Amino acid sequence: VSATPEEIKQRIEAGIPGAQAEVSGDGHHFQASVSAPAFAGLSRIAQHKLVYDVFGSEVGDRIHALSIKTTVMEASR
Amino acid sequence: MSETAPNQLREAIQNAIAENPVILFMKGTPEAPACGFSARTVAVLQSLDQPFAAVDILPDPRIRQELSGLSNWPTIPQLFVDGELVGGCDIVMEMYQSGELQEVLGLDGGADADAVAAPDTGAPLQIENRQ
Repeated sequence: VSATPEEIKQRIEAGIPGAQAEVSGDGHHFQASVSAPAFAGLSRIAQHKLVYDVFGSEVGDRIHALSIKTTVMEASR
Repeated sequence: MSETAPNQLREAIQNAIAENPVILFMKGTPEAPACGFSARTVAVLQSLDQPFAAVDILPDPRIRQELSGLSNWPTIPQLFVDGELVGGCDIVMEMYQSGELQEVLGLDGGADADAVAAPDTGAPLQIENRQ
């Protein structure tokens, strides 16, 4: 079963507190642009891992490729 | 499945990462990449004239399994510099564009060139444009 960009978006936003995601893709290859306060202070590697972790072993399998771009969202107080 | 093979494989991967300052695990070979993400990562390294070791993960599915187990990174390619995972295609591209990749690889020509050009009173010789 292929995934939809909407599903990917919702799962990222549900899996990373406060995250906002924009996702495009063809059902197998996806591009996600993710902004989250949780990225603050993390290396780019660690930021991307947070996103990959939402999908676990599905990445590389059901989700053939997930291209990620992360930005730190400034926390509003 | 054999009991010892996975551990031997994991050890071989660890050794390869330890022994090669710049090593890319990819689909296919630098000459014939089998995936667009691997191809783009190879192209970046080649554009920097950066020598790198390359491992094709396709011949044995266990290579990828063990590699991802080691690196905790799910996708291919994976670039390691000095034993550390730098990232996959997205991160390598982003770092290339920002100049961070050149820094990690020790190719930070800008900063180094300045340092070399700056007068160094302690040096016995100032040689410029040495041939």
